Amino acid sequence: MSLDDVKTTGFKYVGTSPDRPDGLDKVTGRAKFGADAYAPGMLHGAIARSPHAHARIISIDTSKAEALEGVKAIVTRADFRDDLRGDHWNVLENVMAGDTALYDGHAVAAVAATSVLVARDAAKLIEVTYETLPHVTDVDEAMADGAPVIRAGTADKSVPEGLHPNVVRYHESGHGDVEAGFAEADLIIEDHFRTEATHQGYIEPHACLATLGGDGKGDLWCCTQGHWNVQKICSSLLGLETSQLRVTASEIGGGFGGKTVVFIEPVALALSRKTNRPVKIVMSRSEVFRASGPTASTSMDVRIGMKKDGTITAAKGVFRLQGGAFPGAPMEFTAMCAFAPYNLKHVKQIGYDVMSNRPKQAAYRAPGSPMGAFAVESVIDELCNKLGLDPIEVRLKNASREGTRASFGPTFQRVGLVETLEAAKAHPHYSAPLKPGQGRGISCGFWFNFGGETSVSLALSMDGTVQIVVGTPDIGGSRASMALMAAEELGIPYENIRCTIADTASLGYNEVSHGSRVTYASGLATIKAARDAVKKLCGRAAAKWGIDPEAVDWVDGCAVPSGPNAGDFDPMPIAQICKSMGRTGGPIVGHFEASPEGAGVSFATHIVDAEVDPETGKTSVVRYTVVQDAGKAIHPAYVEGQYQGGAAQGIGWALNEEYVYGKDGRLQNDVFLDYRIPVASDLPMIDTVIVEVPNPGHPHGVRGVGETSICPPLAAIANAVSAAAGVRLHELPMNPPRILAALARRD
Amino acid sequence: MSKIHVTTSVNGDAVEFLCDPRETLLDVLRDRLGLTGAKEGCGTGDCGACTITLDGRVVCSCLVLGAEAEGREVGTIEGIANGEELHPLQRKFIEHAALQCGICTPGILVATKALLEKNPDPTETEVRYWLAGNLCRCTGYDKIIRAVMDTAAELRSESKELS
Amino acid sequence: MHYHTPASFEDAIKIAAKATGITRFLAGGTDVLVQLRADMVTPDTLIDIKHIDGVHDITRTSDGGWTIGVAVTGAEMTEHPELAGDWPGLVEAMDLVGSTQIQGRATLTGNLCNGSPAADSVPAMVAAGASVSVRGPDGTREVAVEDIPTGPGRTSLAQDEVVTAVNIPARVAGGGDAYLRFIPRTEMDIAVVGCGINLVLDGDTITQARVVLGAVAPTVLLDQACGDAIIGTTLDAAALERLAKAASAACNPITDKRGTIEFRTKVAGVLAQRAAKIAYGRAQAGGAS
Repeated sequence: MSLDDVKTTGFKYVGTSPDRPDGLDKVTGRAKFGADAYAPGMLHGAIARSPHAHARIISIDTSKAEALEGVKAIVTRADFRDDLRGDHWNVLENVMAGDTALYDGHAVAAVAATSVLVARDAAKLIEVTYETLPHVTDVDEAMADGAPVIRAGTADKSVPEGLHPNVVRYHESGHGDVEAGFAEADLIIEDHFRTEATHQGYIEPHACLATLGGDGKGDLWCCTQGHWNVQKICSSLLGLETSQLRVTASEIGGGFGGKTVVFIEPVALALSRKTNRPVKIVMSRSEVFRASGPTASTSMDVRIGMKKDGTITAAKGVFRLQGGAFPGAPMEFTAMCAFAPYNLKHVKQIGYDVMSNRPKQAAYRAPGSPMGAFAVESVIDELCNKLGLDPIEVRLKNASREGTRASFGPTFQRVGLVETLEAAKAHPHYSAPLKPGQGRGISCGFWFNFGGETSVSLALSMDGTVQIVVGTPDIGGSRASMALMAAEELGIPYENIRCTIADTASLGYNEVSHGSRVTYASGLATIKAARDAVKKLCGRAAAKWGIDPEAVDWVDGCAVPSGPNAGDFDPMPIAQICKSMGRTGGPIVGHFEASPEGAGVSFATHIVDAEVDPETGKTSVVRYTVVQDAGKAIHPAYVEGQYQGGAAQGIGWALNEEYVYGKDGRLQNDVFLDYRIPVASDLPMIDTVIVEVPNPGHPHGVRGVGETSICPPLAAIANAVSAAAGVRLHELPMNPPRILAALARRD
Repeated sequence: MSKIHVTTSVNGDAVEFLCDPRETLLDVLRDRLGLTGAKEGCGTGDCGACTITLDGRVVCSCLVLGAEAEGREVGTIEGIANGEELHPLQRKFIEHAALQCGICTPGILVATKALLEKNPDPTETEVRYWLAGNLCRCTGYDKIIRAVMDTAAELRSESKELS
Repeated sequence: MHYHTPASFEDAIKIAAKATGITRFLAGGTDVLVQLRADMVTPDTLIDIKHIDGVHDITRTSDGGWTIGVAVTGAEMTEHPELAGDWPGLVEAMDLVGSTQIQGRATLTGNLCNGSPAADSVPAMVAAGASVSVRGPDGTREVAVEDIPTGPGRTSLAQDEVVTAVNIPARVAGGGDAYLRFIPRTEMDIAVVGCGINLVLDGDTITQARVVLGAVAPTVLLDQACGDAIIGTTLDAAALERLAKAASAACNPITDKRGTIEFRTKVAGVLAQRAAKIAYGRAQAGGAS
């Protein structure tokens, strides 16, 4: 087998579901998460935050706080660099307010003290004088004439003239002539949709432990999806040389995109520098809701034309995303993903990135995609209903496949949408009878997959066992997947491999664990590093045998002569080669560094049965099936877990989760009591079907699987509610008051 | 501010500590006793990540003051395994892939252990309602529920064999 | 904050009487500690009443009623078969408060004294005709449960008064109670609407009815019109229709993050009908089941 071969069948280890390497630590409580680190002499930090949605900071009086016994230092914006521009200025502005507090919860000062209680007490004693300013938190209002301007001059060149200054980026894409396409339609449906902001809802609040001295050398421990990114940003914000700050990623208690950015880390570093002592900061849940990075809220218009036979003739979408008081709402992803499942001759999508007085949005699992899918898949469902067509047949008829020109531009390589639709159609769920009051909905969804900077090192021990060092924090069991891929390549048992997440001083740069990239990119790098090691192992055997290294193959963990002509030697096991590595050329290490570009996109089809109580408007999800293309499921149980977890988050988004802002612009539901994520008794078992249409860009066929699962649920549930209760909800969440009001309007 | 002296028992070991009257038992376990298995996910009793037992009953340790532990018996995740031997629930959670990030896992294990001691043969619905106060954001609960049901079945068959 | 563990109610009252600033009594702590953590209320004096004799007891009184100690948890009530047999609606209402973990700590008295109009156990206690014993410097008085809350977060108790027990009347023959609440999830939410109902039947005819609504006004509502709508009936369709109308008419709700005026008003009627049917079924089965 050539070292660059793509292997898609005949796996021995890949495709099995062994126990995770971090399992014992996590069931015994000894796994160390962000808040579980302690250091000698450690201080505790707390942050004072704006109670106003929008206010000029007139003055900050820290004298009372400083007078409190146990307080060691206070920092404000003045303790950070004042010469930043662009993206890093925006990050700093969010981490610590400058002249103006831009949202409820915006950090304005921070304190380090000898205990958590003293630090919190001191933060309350910091006296900030504000001049309140008009605020806006709604996306449509923020774009309207007369809306308060969050920050003039933020808009980039993409924004057409005449729009409100809060519109800071604009996107337009598509192909064909949508008007001509609509003229061919037998039925056109256009509707307006809105979705509220939701939060990733990871159970572990942001936490870090920072140590930094006046010599510019520092160590940072934090829960993050990407510690090289933390290193890059924190060193920039504090004016450090990047390599002098070593960042270690803790075990991470959920991220879902929300831990791809920094909030408290630069603050802890600044406090540590000022006190010359380690400083730990742990956010409260309220701080997480108010001042981390929820997703964008949206206002969307979608228009789709269809022929009587189900052919979509044209589609157009306008997607307005509010992303808080900074640029960056992922409206281009909404636009690019919304129509991606369909092979369209005429399609156009427009996106607006809108600023408002809310916290800066962060990525949330397939950022931007679920909202667009909600609007598009709802309209397609209505078209199917009105034309009397089966929703899966219509989707099959229009489905994107290999060679389809994607709505966002490029031509799809091999993709698995058709296979998910066929599998959904064949699933017993799709034909199961429904009880009275129940309805069934289906929806498709799409998400990309990213490559990005990746480096992996794979070292062999003297006994032939293997240590893999990767740089992507393990947020869903990736250490097991890496070990499985390495086991496959090396032909040694999974148990003989240990995979560790390196700190930033121990490996080359690694892009964040996001974009469903870890099993794809770190997996690819692990495989290539293993193949690099195999080449070296074969070389040692060749030298011992006195034959050409090209004449040695690697089979089941042993070097073997590649054929009768190569010579007659007994297989040389990995352990034997490693035992003598010191005498045969020194340590054997495989490694791989690249930014891989063969990422494989993933489609899904979901089926859901919902029951609506007509007297209270309460919706219960009674059956749920996820069908998704994984390319190749390295560890099927964890792939199922990704499918189930994404579906559950989507169910929450669809039914009950939302950011509720009062007229005063303050967040009203900053606790899990009122930010209602699904609890165990809310959900049924979530059935999964793993479709495997290999990605030609990965040596084992892997596609990104982590994110697509949150894209279909919003529309699938809206379609099920429509079928169950005869009302179409255009706004999320579909909470009981909204459904009851819709039922009242219908009657 | 004067501190309170507390004598208590944690996982069967006698323990003494001093705490501020405002400190929660969760703070004490983590910051003073080095038992960081219980996690603070919310601090308001809504997520269950800090679940422990107090005199055998499951409670949120974030809603118990350290001072209230005086004379009580505290049980945490660190006390669930019997030496090297994992509790069957711990083993089954690993086998069933019932954890992803693992931050909710200690609280869920403490809570389910108490459930199975009280009700060795719970229905799926009973398990789901018992665990409604233990939020998990990764798994959609499916594999957690399967792990609990499978453990309960195993424990029942073991106790049948013994009797 | 000063933390006290008095051994008697007398001592508790003395501490409260001398305290300055904010004083809270601590039983289960499931509201007090939340408010402390959320920086809503940081008491200067915290009086833990769990060390007082008898506060953990559920006791049958000589007249067949019940006395429930102020530190009795929801879980302990649920595990008490006779209490649950007499007052299934009340016990279920308390059981709806929070999670399994909260049930291990939360108490009836705490749920009442927190003063929330959405407290689940309060409509059920009022429907049952429960009272509390209140001890102050001048002795003990008996106060109807409905007279304790005076508005959101407020009670009629003085600074130096403490509730020493909850008194539940005897379950009479032909009686039955029920409590239902509406929440958007299946668990872990605060009631958007609650309804507790206690009925007494003569044969199949309702002779007494106490209908109490929660979360639809600044305090729980004991509504006579709701009771009148079904007294003298066999809870036929017309009676249920009148009950729903009366319940909706009694509402004086607000729109907030948990629900709208329209929603609460409509669902109050729905819950009243559903709770009435359950209470009626229990009453027909003989009350004490």
